[in-house]
Formats: sequence, C-alpha cells, structure tokens
Amino acid sequence: MHTSVLLEMAAGSFPDRVAVGSHDGGLCFDALGVHAKAAGAWLKAKGGETVVFIGMNGSALPLALFGSAMAGMPFAPLNYRLSNTDLRKLLARTAPSVAVVDDDMISRVSGVDGVHIVPRSAFENACSDPANHIDEHETPEGDIAVLLFTSGTTGEPKAAVLRHHHLTAYVISSVEFMGSDEEEAALISVPPYHIAGISAILTGIYGGRRLVYLPAFTPEAWVDAAAAERITHAMVVPTMLGRVLDIMEHRGEKLPHLRALSYGGGPMPLPVIERALKMLPQVDFVNAYGLTETSSTIAVLGPDDHRLAIASEDPAIRRRLGSVGQPLPSLEVEIRGPEGELLPAGEMGEVYVRGEQVAGEYLHRKVIQDDGWFPTNDSGWLDEDGYLYVGGRLDDVIVRGGENVSPGEIEDVLREHPGVADVAVLGLPDVQWGEKVAAVIVPVGAPPSIEELAACVKAKLRSTKTPETWEFRDALPYNETGKLLRRVLKAELSKPL
Amino acid sequence: MELKPGSRWRSAVCTAEAVVVRPAKGAAVLECGGHPMTALTAPKPEGLTLSPDHSGGVAVGKRYFDEETGLEVLASKPGTGSLAVNGRALQLREAKALPSSD
Repeated sequence: MHTSVLLEMAAGSFPDRVAVGSHDGGLCFDALGVHAKAAGAWLKAKGGETVVFIGMNGSALPLALFGSAMAGMPFAPLNYRLSNTDLRKLLARTAPSVAVVDDDMISRVSGVDGVHIVPRSAFENACSDPANHIDEHETPEGDIAVLLFTSGTTGEPKAAVLRHHHLTAYVISSVEFMGSDEEEAALISVPPYHIAGISAILTGIYGGRRLVYLPAFTPEAWVDAAAAERITHAMVVPTMLGRVLDIMEHRGEKLPHLRALSYGGGPMPLPVIERALKMLPQVDFVNAYGLTETSSTIAVLGPDDHRLAIASEDPAIRRRLGSVGQPLPSLEVEIRGPEGELLPAGEMGEVYVRGEQVAGEYLHRKVIQDDGWFPTNDSGWLDEDGYLYVGGRLDDVIVRGGENVSPGEIEDVLREHPGVADVAVLGLPDVQWGEKVAAVIVPVGAPPSIEELAACVKAKLRSTKTPETWEFRDALPYNETGKLLRRVLKAELSKPL
Repeated sequence: MELKPGSRWRSAVCTAEAVVVRPAKGAAVLECGGHPMTALTAPKPEGLTLSPDHSGGVAVGKRYFDEETGLEVLASKPGTGSLAVNGRALQLREAKALPSSD
C-alpha cells in the first residue's frame, strides 16, 4: 500500500484536527493533505528522480515526505551535521534530484552536478500556493518511498531502501487508525535523517496524533516544549532521558500531561530507566528496538513489562528491563549461529527477523534472503519467555547515540597521518552514548600527540566521529586471513560500566 | 479483477473504498454491498442498488479478511455496504493495540 493513502485516510476522517504544530494555529489534517499535494506537484515539476531534504525538523518535513510520495519520488533526508565534503558526496549520489535545503545551509551544498536546490522557504510557499495541484485520480508511480543512508564497517554509507509497502505494513499492523484522542501530542526530537523521524510522521498521522517538532535538542528546551505544548507522547534516544530527568528535578517540573515515553536507538543504562520509572510512575515507558532496514520497530518492551520488571523480586523478570521486549506479533525473530543454524533460548547469536515491514535492501544490493529472513548484524539472545536481549553489532559498526559510525572511515583518515603505521577504531561501552569511539594506534617512531590526531579526524569528519579514547600499541591483532580483529581489542579495553 | 497488494477499489453502491493489503490465492471477486467493487480510477457503474444482505457497513481504518482465499483489505473510506469475496462476507480483523513506540 502507498504511504499517501495513510494521509488521505487521516485527512478524510479528521480534517479539522491539528496534524503538525501548536494546538492553536498548527496545520490541520485537511490542510496537510492539500499542501502535500501541492508540494508533490511542485517538486515533480522541478525535474529529478529523487527528493532530497537537508534541513532541521519542522513542518516542512512531513510536507516533503508526503509531497515526494504524491510525486512518486523517493524521499532522501540527509544528515546536515556531516562535514561539507561528506554531505556533498552523499548529495551527488542522489542525482538527478531536487533538494529542499534550509536557507542557511544552501551555501554548503551548492553546485553539485545534477542536483536542483530549492530553498526551504520557497518550498513552504509552494505548499500553500493553490496554483500547484496534482490530478486527484493520478495514482503515484514509484515503489521506493524513502532512502536512508546508513554507515557500514568500511567504505561509503549505504543507501537503505524502504518501499511503500514496507512502511505501510509496519504502520497498519502496529497503529490503530485514529487511535489517538484529540489531546494527544508527540514531541519529536529525533533527526529527519533517522528512521525514527520518518516512522514518527507516518504513525502519528495514521493515529491522529499532533506532531510537535523540537528542531534542536537541549534538555531545557525539551522540558519547555513538553510543558508548553502539553505533550503526551515523546520518543527519546537514551542519552536524552537522564538529562531531561535532571532538568525536571531541578525545576520541580512534573509534566502532568505526559503519558508515554518511548526510547530506542541504543542500550538504555539500567540506572537511568530505574530512576525514570521511580520519578514518573504515571508515565508508560516503552523500549523499542528496530533498524533502518526493518522500517524501525521490530520488538517492544511495553509499559506493563516495565512496571512488572521494576516491581519484581524474581531476577529473571527484573532483568527484562535490560531487554528490548518481545517481537511484534506481525514478525518472526530467530537467533542463529555463524553457520545459520537455529539456536535455542539462552544462547547468543545473530538476530534474524522476517515480516512484511522488513526491507533488508540497499540500492544495488539485497541482504534479505529469498525466504524473507533478514540477518540484522546485531548479536542477541532470546530468553525462555521470548524476551529479546540485544548485544553489540557483529560487524564492528559503532552505534553512538543511536547513529551508526563506521570504524573504517575513521581508520582511513588516521592512516593518512605520517606518524601512524596502523590503526584500529572500535566502540567501547559508554553510559551516556551507548558506545564511544576509541582508537588504537601503532605509531611510526614516537607517538604523535593525541591533540594532533584528534584534530586530523575533526578536520575531515564530524566531531562526533572523533575518538574519545586513545591507546598506543606495538601491533594490532589480525587473523590468518589478514582481517583486523577489532573485537579482540574491544574485549581487552572494555571496562564494565 | 486483479487484487494486487496496494490496489485500490471502491463500492458501486455506497461510499466505501478499500486497499488490498494481502492478495487472494486463486480467483476472487471483491464485493461491497452485494456487487463487485471497481478500480478507483474506473468509472462508477450506474443504476445498481445496495443489497440488504450486504449492508452491515464498512468502517474506515478497519481491516477485513477472508480465511479461505487469504485476502485482506484495509477500508480507506467508510460506507453503508459490507465487504465480501465471492459472495462470502469478510470478517473483521481484531487488532491488538500495541504501545506506541515512535
């Protein structure tokens, strides 16, 4: 099913409810539907085969997402926090494309071949211009809904492909149409280029819940917005939760309208969720585990699970707070060994998933198997009751603050330094970020200064990819086939949290 | 009629519309209000009336399925007719509410 049908149904059934923005003056569902069609017509006329979005969160995002759907073009939000070089490289890969770019970001991305830049302000004006309209009966062509770039262990980021039927399968199987009451409002602070940012729009629209954007996260701004907009639902990356709790405690702010907080993107430190459950007993907590490649959530630890676990004396139940809950009913999850053999409960292996929402596909490469099973590259195990516990990535990809960081990319930059003979970059456990970036250097002669090496990385990549921990060794571990064993270093250097 | 996943259909005798979410195994005719549904882009047939045997109503956002053929549709617009396949009434899919995670 096409994602445009989700909006069509919502606009038809609750046209006057506010879809995006403030309760007073926000964009209602009917207007969102009309504007999205105008957006579609306007974008299609610009030429190009893909709609790119380079900008902060705001109402232009759902308009661009649905506008692309109406135009039958894939929607590709890019990470504006990348270095100019990296951002331009990704943008070039989307050509021929039309790119909606925040006015103040245009200078960073101008002049890329095959890309037609349109300022966000012009796009927003076009959305409300009645001159732009799409033929009502034209069924949009094009099967790909969204392209999201995600980093692997080495090399260029891969473009994960999400087709319309994957996304809608996820939405209609996990959300009740119009299941939200008029008071519900979701605060979105996850970035546009993250799968959670896309699914938040689709599930919010389908359920009838108002979307409120927080373009730049600070814990203070989050609490301000949550209070001012009477936010009932929010999704946070684990690193945000502790900081938000600090502000609430400091201010004595109870956020009485808050009903549910969901989190995901990385491991939640146990002390943080325990503190949250004690401070906010009336709030439903939900842990969601999912991947870009699976259209977001595939397993959920629900509010009842949280409450049962925190109150339990039974260690097998208590430990569920460290799990990602049970797979969604519409999916199958298995744990398999290195030969693909099925493993029993209690044994650690690779998490495999199968279901209608699982895409498991990149541009030019399908990872999903012919029988529909998708190897996630995450380690994990299932307990006797079917609760899933997820460990680290099996492929050395670092997951920092919910985002993939490629160790190979950082190694390549460090290797360019004349003082570096060899280097391994890996993730180490970190309470705040889930994982932090660590570098192990084999120097040429005397070790270069850490400041110099850090500056070297910062100059080429974004600052969040700069290693926070540095080690110097005489040699790095390799196996017989010459593969760098980052895992060995990880085991040596990991300190228990 | 080719009931491909994602294909859109409308009732000939009321306002109901539906999208196929799971295809049917074997030949199947999707009906509403006692008459075959037509493709959304096709012209609406004239002069047909709602059959009293198939007037239980279609609710928007609900999923309806047929055990035998495996066909499942999502109602995208409500109507006074009710859905059937090959004359057999579709059943309502009772969905278990999941905690919102996005």
